[in-house]
Amino acid sequence: MRTWWTILRICIEERLTYRGDFALGTLMRFLPIITQTFLWTAIFAGAGGPETIAGFTRDEIVAYYLLTYVSRAFSSMPGLASFIAAQVRTGELKKYLIQPIDLIGFLLLSRIAHKLVYFAVATGPFAIVFFFCRDYFPGRPDPATLAAFVLSLLMAFLLGFFLEATLGMIGFWFLEVSSLLFVYMLFNFFLSGHMFPLTILPSPWDKIVLAQPLQYLAYFPSAVFLGKIQGPALVQGLALQAAWVLLFAGTSRVAYRMGLRRYSAFGG
Amino acid sequence: MSDRPPYFAVLAQFARNSLVREMTFRWNFLLDCVSSLSWVVMQLGFYLIIFEHTRQIGPEGGWGKWEFFVFLSTTILVNSLIQAFFLPGAGEFSELIRTGNLDFALVKPIDTQFLVSLQKIEWSSLSNTLFGVLLLCVSLARLDFTPNIAQLLLFIWFTACGIALLYSLIISLGALSVWLGRNDSLYDFWFYITTFARYPMEIYEGRLGSPLRFAFTFIIPILVVVNVPARLLARPLVEQDWSLAGFALIATFVSLLLSRRLFLKALDSYRSASS
Repeated sequence: MRTWWTILRICIEERLTYRGDFALGTLMRFLPIITQTFLWTAIFAGAGGPETIAGFTRDEIVAYYLLTYVSRAFSSMPGLASFIAAQVRTGELKKYLIQPIDLIGFLLLSRIAHKLVYFAVATGPFAIVFFFCRDYFPGRPDPATLAAFVLSLLMAFLLGFFLEATLGMIGFWFLEVSSLLFVYMLFNFFLSGHMFPLTILPSPWDKIVLAQPLQYLAYFPSAVFLGKIQGPALVQGLALQAAWVLLFAGTSRVAYRMGLRRYSAFGG
Repeated sequence: MSDRPPYFAVLAQFARNSLVREMTFRWNFLLDCVSSLSWVVMQLGFYLIIFEHTRQIGPEGGWGKWEFFVFLSTTILVNSLIQAFFLPGAGEFSELIRTGNLDFALVKPIDTQFLVSLQKIEWSSLSNTLFGVLLLCVSLARLDFTPNIAQLLLFIWFTACGIALLYSLIISLGALSVWLGRNDSLYDFWFYITTFARYPMEIYEGRLGSPLRFAFTFIIPILVVVNVPARLLARPLVEQDWSLAGFALIATFVSLLLSRRLFLKALDSYRSASS
């Protein structure tokens, strides 16, 4: 237990070294929200001013985009898969094999540390943006919805982690995975709902897209917050998200075991 | 022997060198093409979905589906050409300053801005240009009216103006790094500011929109980059287009001049690092 605590502390300190103008960068990242707001206003005007498009009012769509930033803050794992693949390729992986530390556990802790530091620094910019945009939100959700939202965010973090970890394990079989990861990133952007609320897809595509796990990384938590998923559907959604987390936690573990059997520890 | 360096021959050599470099890793080149293409295909997909829900973007008289796709293909053309010719070189300008490697460019007997801007050409970006041309042709064929040859020429001219305008913005940003020392967020800034140029200017309306439209038309004139050529091609010409087109022309010349001045001033203030 103490070992893990030390690892977590080291990782946090490591991250804090490079905070720099990180907060300003986070603020800049919200700039596309401005153009998205204007674009969707024009889309609603062009459609003749309907109340909703695909179940979202214009204000809710803006709120949705803002909320996807929160979900992505939890679920995105920049560089995780490529890191694992690089460890395998360069042979540095043996560091974890000869020490009494489990690779996946170590990486999970280091990501928790990343996220903690990220939230510590990014909360300011997020608070500023959400304060200015508060009128786009339909009001405070009730405690149960809020609890479900937090739960879905935490699971989004785990799902993002185990998905990327599984992808990284492919490095045991193929030496070069960067193009594969690029494709994943692209699909992720589109299919997680970061680009648009997934319900605007025409039938049957909406049902297909809502059946895949990537939607839990951005669409699901945001839709939960806005009260678009309620009652039995909410419970079912959370259960499915948990199932995907378990599935990929298992897959990454199995892939790691199988990969180690192939592993030949390059380098001296 | 003339005093004027053979600019065209040098440019052709740059193009050849870059092509040789990219062709060394053929598969990588192909992957680069595919990845930049998939990005624009996703953009297209997004707008195809949007037009499932609306006939036009903006209130009555706004951009209809195929009009908007003319607009989108103009955006793709401008961005891909900038990406291919200017961004690789000018993006590295700040790096040249920081490391002191600009010395090597300064001692060569050719205009430094020319050398810095065009030294590297990213051929894989031209796959997007091809895609843009294709999308433009399809959109024009589906449009309610057929533009005449004069409109097509105006389109080409003002697309070139738009590229020149964006180029002067990049080179100015690069030049600024002489004073800032380091300009890591150059690309970021570039990305975020061009986000505004990617939409029809009519969508910027209201309390926040009007000042934004004013600022990005008259102060940093990035809104005319895509809007002017797309409008001249996608619709029958009307009187008020001319004032905007005239303005775009002036804006282009002024920005090119200003960025040239800024670049030369930056070279004056440059104190070589290292060595």
